[in-house]
Formats: sequence, structure tokens, C-alpha cells
Amino acid sequence: MREAEYAIIGGGLVGMAIAWGLMRCGRAVSLFDEGDRAFRASRGNFGLIWVQGKGVAMPDYARWSRLSAHLWPAFRDELAETAGLDLELSQPGGMHLFLSEAEAEETVGQLGYLRAALGGDYPFEYLGHNATKAMIPEIGPDIVGGTISAMDGHVNPLYLLRALHTAFTQGGGRLENGAPVDEIEPLAEGFRIRRRDSTWQAQNVVLCAGLGNARLAPMVGLDAPVRPNRGQVLITEKVRPFLRLPTGHVRQVGEGAVQIGDSKEDAGFDDGTRSEVVARIARRATRLFPILENVRVVRSWGALRVMSPDGHPIYDRSAHCPGASVVNCHSGVTLAAVHAKVLPGWITGESAPDCIPDYMEVFSAERFRLQAAG
Amino acid sequence: MRTETQIAIIGAGPAGLAAADLLAEAGCEVTLLDEQPAAGGQIYRGIASANAERLRVLGTDYAAGRKLLGVLDRPGVTFIGGATVWEVTRERRISYSVGGTARSLAARRVIACTGATERPMPFPGWTLPGVMTVGAGQILLKTSGLLPPAPLVLAGSGPLLYLLAAQYLAAGQAISAIVETTPGGNWRNALRHLPGALIGNRYLRKGLMLLARIRRAGVAHYRGATGLRAEGTSRVEALTFTVRGRTRRLPCATLLIHTGVMPNLQITRSLNLVHDWDALQQCWRPQLDDWGGTGIDGIHVAGDGGGIAGAEAAVHSGRLAAIGCLAALELIGPEDRERRTAAERRALRAQNRARPFLDALYTPAPEFLDPPDETIVCRCEEVTAGKIREFVDLGCLGPNQAKSFGRPGMGPCQGRYCGITVSAIIAARRRVSIDEVGYYRIRPPLKPITLGELAAMDVLDESDGDDPDA
Amino acid sequence: MPKDSGFRRLDEAGAATVALEFEGSVLMARSGDTVAAAMLAAGHFSGRNTPVSGAPRGPFCMMGTCFDCLVEIDGEPNIQACMIAVVEGTKVRRMKGARPLPANPLPNGEPSED
Repeated sequence: MREAEYAIIGGGLVGMAIAWGLMRCGRAVSLFDEGDRAFRASRGNFGLIWVQGKGVAMPDYARWSRLSAHLWPAFRDELAETAGLDLELSQPGGMHLFLSEAEAEETVGQLGYLRAALGGDYPFEYLGHNATKAMIPEIGPDIVGGTISAMDGHVNPLYLLRALHTAFTQGGGRLENGAPVDEIEPLAEGFRIRRRDSTWQAQNVVLCAGLGNARLAPMVGLDAPVRPNRGQVLITEKVRPFLRLPTGHVRQVGEGAVQIGDSKEDAGFDDGTRSEVVARIARRATRLFPILENVRVVRSWGALRVMSPDGHPIYDRSAHCPGASVVNCHSGVTLAAVHAKVLPGWITGESAPDCIPDYMEVFSAERFRLQAAG
Repeated sequence: MRTETQIAIIGAGPAGLAAADLLAEAGCEVTLLDEQPAAGGQIYRGIASANAERLRVLGTDYAAGRKLLGVLDRPGVTFIGGATVWEVTRERRISYSVGGTARSLAARRVIACTGATERPMPFPGWTLPGVMTVGAGQILLKTSGLLPPAPLVLAGSGPLLYLLAAQYLAAGQAISAIVETTPGGNWRNALRHLPGALIGNRYLRKGLMLLARIRRAGVAHYRGATGLRAEGTSRVEALTFTVRGRTRRLPCATLLIHTGVMPNLQITRSLNLVHDWDALQQCWRPQLDDWGGTGIDGIHVAGDGGGIAGAEAAVHSGRLAAIGCLAALELIGPEDRERRTAAERRALRAQNRARPFLDALYTPAPEFLDPPDETIVCRCEEVTAGKIREFVDLGCLGPNQAKSFGRPGMGPCQGRYCGITVSAIIAARRRVSIDEVGYYRIRPPLKPITLGELAAMDVLDESDGDDPDA
Repeated sequence: MPKDSGFRRLDEAGAATVALEFEGSVLMARSGDTVAAAMLAAGHFSGRNTPVSGAPRGPFCMMGTCFDCLVEIDGEPNIQACMIAVVEGTKVRRMKGARPLPANPLPNGEPSED
């Protein structure tokens, strides 16, 4: 029988960030991960550290995202030093570009609402076409304007995952990979984890298995009603640097390729790509940036985002099975900093009270039951 | 431009041409697509315009391919050259690009005859200008009558190496050396397959004749070479290697390499078909039925693209797929199907008699599936073998995670020249079978295509809308 | 740049000649050649420097699958030289690293002169 103090289920950006964070709190961590063909939302993300526009229906989510963006540089420093890898973090601000006045009006209204909800602590500015063009000369004539926010930026999500893996392994974390966890059984004290033909005994379990949480959460008295939402992304050949500012749909990555997305499709568990959607993504991209017209798409992604019913994260500690918690979100990159630096304290319950935001309860999955009932 | 066809055939090599011929004869309407401007595939590349001298140098097997082109004159056959296919859906819709315009073709049945590519032969320095595949040497000879600058070294293993050497000698080309990497032990494994090969001995005779010609010409022939390394700064200047414990260095201006061919699997992979690892040929092949059926309704595979068997076998394989189509379209009855199938399968068996022997004899040397750390394995993203091993040590289990960690497979060749090596390196490092490790997830576009082309595409079964979020 | 001896022709008599430009110099090819074949015949074994490390690369597979023969043809970057037939007056230039984008369009949406 193998033993673990903290068993993290799921080795994507969420699980790895939390695992590393717990290790830095002095915990012994074992991480359980699937094999090479797992769905892995982490592979399909855009790499944005994005705050603007999030949380219109839940301002605390805006606060949480803002906190994470704020903590990212310190997170990057610690992680880069341990792992010896440059994460290509860049937070020059980000732009959301609009192709219609109606879109612009609606978004500016939402951002204004969020600014008020956050007591003014919410930097953004609306720029008309000419001012946007002054910032990003390559935009197309169809763009009516954009909102720029100093809170936003981007990072290399692949290097982030690799750095977390490196830091985790070097820090003495145990990685058990190659198969999904079959069952988690709550015991009088702790949990029994069954996987393939082996069993582990863990004092604490943190479910970070993305879409897999839907199956695992009920085993420990929790609920994770998440569903897949497909996003397709196109990646181009390498282009000389031209776009320093990330935008919501087009971003140039460190080694030169332009990343273009993305769609939001209800496609079940099919993480393939469809040319109808690809054509629409391409059309939008060439409207936003006409100079990309002759740039070649070299590959495409279809990845399954992990979506809760309202699109906001789920953080829950189990009352029925103390020691079990569940974590779900679809912005694993933006939230990586708080997942590594704040959430471990919430999981262990041993952080100083002022280190944990007071709004964590809004992320409980209880809200779905109340919404359904109410 | 047509947007619908009865039968779409992707690839106009021997399999595709033979399939088209049989189908057209039965009165079907066929659209034959090929990336090259002219039909013939790679093996019969340039055949329509080959002059007498080229035909003499290239040999009678090449010249024999000419007769396959007759199908292009048949009514009901449309040939679209310069067509780069970048997507084939399960619903048999083909997206392709001609002259910078993306087009769509809906087919009742599809036969993918994508042929083979050279298997990657990675060793330190293999990315230097002047290092090319033996296939490239053949293409330059076939399409432009070009011969490489001396000193010329041919390195690797397999019948194609000898064929090109013989063709070059017929053209009066000086060859410095053949550096053969066939592991000495292969002979022993091959011996048990020798009886079958002797029955189908045409291939053996041909092979022995090629070897005799090479020996007569006095070409230096090193056997069992290991530790290949190409030297040079801006282009290849020499090849070093070890034979029987001695290291040798051969100056060369051109280095042509070859260690076998493998099926071009981009379409079958993108359809998520099951692929089996062929231990003898050391490559994957899709699971197919007797007519090249894939299990996806209406989609067949024929020729080397379904498993390496050579050009003549490809003709019969193409015909089998065509027979399968005719039966599925109910243009022939079950008895007719059985009769015709039996004839083609007999011919295919005869073609394949020498195959196990050749496959065992020319199983690639292990150093090309597990090269030294400093070897660039992913040419596009310049990822070394050592880096892949580091990823495994970090917990990376397979090639898709490796892609995430360090970008191998993310370049424009989409894994064609690195996929098998990356999987093999991971398997060796993890001490598991390559089948367990698996292969890259392949998605369209199967060849790079511009955003403008994608944006302008008239997609057949979807209403136009600008919002990808719809 | 130094001109090494390139690939030479099997049959000297034959197809019509076609004049190309490579890096500003005239290069004679034969009708039916691909740009890659023409370059190799003229002794140009490298057509690009990679965006990742700047290493020199040139034609490798000659069948459109390796993407090492990328060059700029008539102003279009990253074209596979082995897939383009030579035409009189084709202008070929080496790719030096990642491809550039066309110059910024003018305010009225038309591309400016390059």
C-alpha cells in the first residue's frame, strides 16, 4: 500500500500549479496523471493572462482573476528560478478588438459595470479606430475600436507546464502517470485511491482532473458539473515579430507563430477540428489583421475547455469527506498564479486569514443547486 | 469546378491510376487528385516527359509505368493536378487547394492512395545542405535529368539505395562509396523468409543484378557501418562512420541517404483509424480489410499508403479497392466481386512473396530510431534527441506530451520526418513498446494553407456566418 | 557567394532554357525544372536560414513533404521550391529566418508599395 499526504488528481496546469504550491508549503505531494492521449485542456489553451471582461455575472471572479494577474510576476520569478526556464511572460496590456459598434457598446458597458463593482480598481480604456491603430498599426479597416487593459498579458503556456513539471520533480514530488484514477474511497481517516491494479492511501485529495472531475467528485461528497466546450485554434508559420500586445483572438507567440482562435462549440467529447469553424476563424482573423491574408496555417488544435454551468470556477472543500477538495476552471493560465500561491493555503486551511480572499465561498458548486432550486 | 464526384481518388501513383482505370472501365465517374502537376506518383515521376536517354538510365521497370497513364484519357476520369489535399472528413468531404484557392469536393467513395515517404534517417549533421534523400536524387534524375556533384556518397540500407546506384552508374556518374548501414545480424533473421523469396524470385534476381553491377563498377562498399555523422559548416563536406571498429572519413559534396520507406499516414491518422506497428518493417500501417476498407463508410486505402509492398503490388491493391467500391455501389454482384477479388489477391500474393525476406534483411539500423543526444530529430523545430529524453525524464509519456513540452512535431512537415523517431526515442527511454507510446495526434490542415484561402472557402454544408462563436 | 559546382545534366541537348533570378543574379534553368532543381543545378544547395537557429537548409526530399526547401518566390515568402515549376523571369530569394509581413496597409485599407 502506497501512501501520500496530498494526492493531486490531474497533471494539467491546474493540478501542477496546486501541487507545486502545496510542496512549497512543505507538504508531501503525489500527483496522478493520465496518459499521452488524454483530453488535456492544458494543450489547447491560448496562453492569455486575461482579466478584462471576466466575471460580469460574478464580480468576485473578476477580483480573483485580477489578483492572479497581479501575482503572476512573482510566481514567474520563483518558478523560472527553480525550473531554469524562461516562461516568456509579458504583461504589456491586452486589447479586445471590436468589429461592430454594438459589440463595442455592450463590452464597454460591461467593463464599466465591473469597474464600479470593484470600487474603481479596474483599469481599462476604450480606444476608437484611429487610437487603436496607433497602438497596433496592423489592424484592419473594419475594426471600430478596442478596449485596452493594463491588467492583461500573455505567457508561453507550454513552457509554463514544463516548468511546473520540472519544479515538481526536482522538488521531490512523486508523479504517478499513465492511467486514470478508477476510484476514490473515503475512509474513516483519509482516502483510498484505486488506479489500475494499485492502491494508495492519501490523507488529502485534491481533484484537478478537469472533465474527469465530474466522475470523481461525487465519490468524495462533492459536485463538479462540468461539460466540454470545444475551442479550435489555428497556428501559423513563424512570422517576424509584429504584435507585441495580445488580443483576445490573435496573439503572436515568442517563437514567431501567430495563434488564432477561437471558437466555443458544444461538440461533446470530440476534440477534432471542423473546416466550417476553421473557415470562420480564418475570416475573422483576416478582418482583424488583413496582413495575415497570405500567412499559412501550419496546424490547428481542437481542445476541450472545462466549462461549469456558468463558466466560472469551482472551488469546494468537502464537508462530508474532510480532506477532499475539488478545483475546476477554464482559465488555467490566468489563474496559475493564485493556484500556486493562494489556493494551497485555502486547501490546507493553514494560511493566515488575510491571505485568503473572503469571497472564496461564491465558487462553491452549491451555487448550481441553489440556482436550480431558486 | 466540380464540387461533387462519385469516387475521389487521392494520389495518382500506381495504386490510384489502377483503381481509376478499373472504375472508369465499369462506367464510374472518377476524380483523381494529385499534388504534382502530372500523374505517376513518385515512382513514375516525370514519366510522361521522359526522353530516351532518361528511360535507358532509369531502367525498364520505370518505363513500364507509362502504360498506367492511359487511364487519364478514359471518359469519366477527371485528373486534377497541383491539388494539395489538406483535409478528408469521415463524411467523405475533401478540402484541397489548387493554385492558391481552397476547394471542396464531396465524394460518395474515397480511395486514399497517398503512397510512401522516406523514413527519417536522423544522424548528427543530416540537416546540412547537400544531404538529401535517395528519393530526392531519383526525382532530380527523373524530372530534370540531373546528376549530383562528386564526390558522391550513398548511405543507408534498402533496395532503393542499390537501384539509384545502378541508375547513376548507367548514367556514367562516379560514386565514391556506398556506406551500408544494414545491421550484420539482419541476415540471420532474413534467412527464415528466404524460401518464400526464392519462389517469388524475380525481385531477388533483380536485386542480385543490381549488386553485381555495383560490384563490377568497383564502387567502394562499406557494410555494417555505424556512428554516421555528416560534417560541414554551410554544407556537407564529409561523412564519418565506423566499420569493423575503424572510423573512416569520406569527403563528399553530396550525401544521399535512405533507410527504407514508410506509408504516408497523414490522412488515415487524421481520421483516427487504428494503426498497427509492423515489427518487420518498423513502421505503422492502418488496419484495413481485403478491399482496403477502413471501417469508415466509403473510405478505402490502397497502395503503399496502406502498407509498403512496392509499385506492382500497389496496382493490385488499387484494383482491390476499386472492386470493393463497385460492390458497395452495387455495380457488381457478390459472385463477380469474389471472382475478381480472388484474381487480384493471387497476383498480390505473388508480388509479396519476397517481401518478408526483404523487410527482414533491410530492417533499419537501431541507431536511426534511437540516435545520439545531439542529433536534431525534429528538423522543423530543431529539437534534439537528447531533449526528447529529458522530457521523458520529466514525466512525458508520449509524443503528444512531448509536443507540449518542446514543440517537436509542430512544424510545417507535421511530423512526417520526426514522428516515428520521437515515438521510438520515448519508447526506448521508457522501456516500453512503441505501440504503447503511440504517435502524434494529426489534424487538418494536412498541408499548410493560407488564412486567406481558408477564409474564402466555400464550405459545402454550412451557412455562412462571421461569428465563430455561433 | 562562392559557386560550388552543382548538379549537372544527363542529357545536354534538350529542353528549352529558362532564365531565373536568384538573389539578384541570373540563373539558367531548363523548362520542366522545379525551382529547387534549378537551384541545385546552379550549385545553390541552401535556400534559407531557419527561424529557430539561423542554420542553413536546402532541398532534402524534393517531394513537398520536408519543407526544408522554402524560399521567397516573386515576393511570396516560404514557398516550397521543389513544388514550383520554373517560369521565365521568376525571382528567387533566400529566406532569412521567419517570414516578414507585407508593409502596413495605408489608412484607406490598400497595401502600400513594398
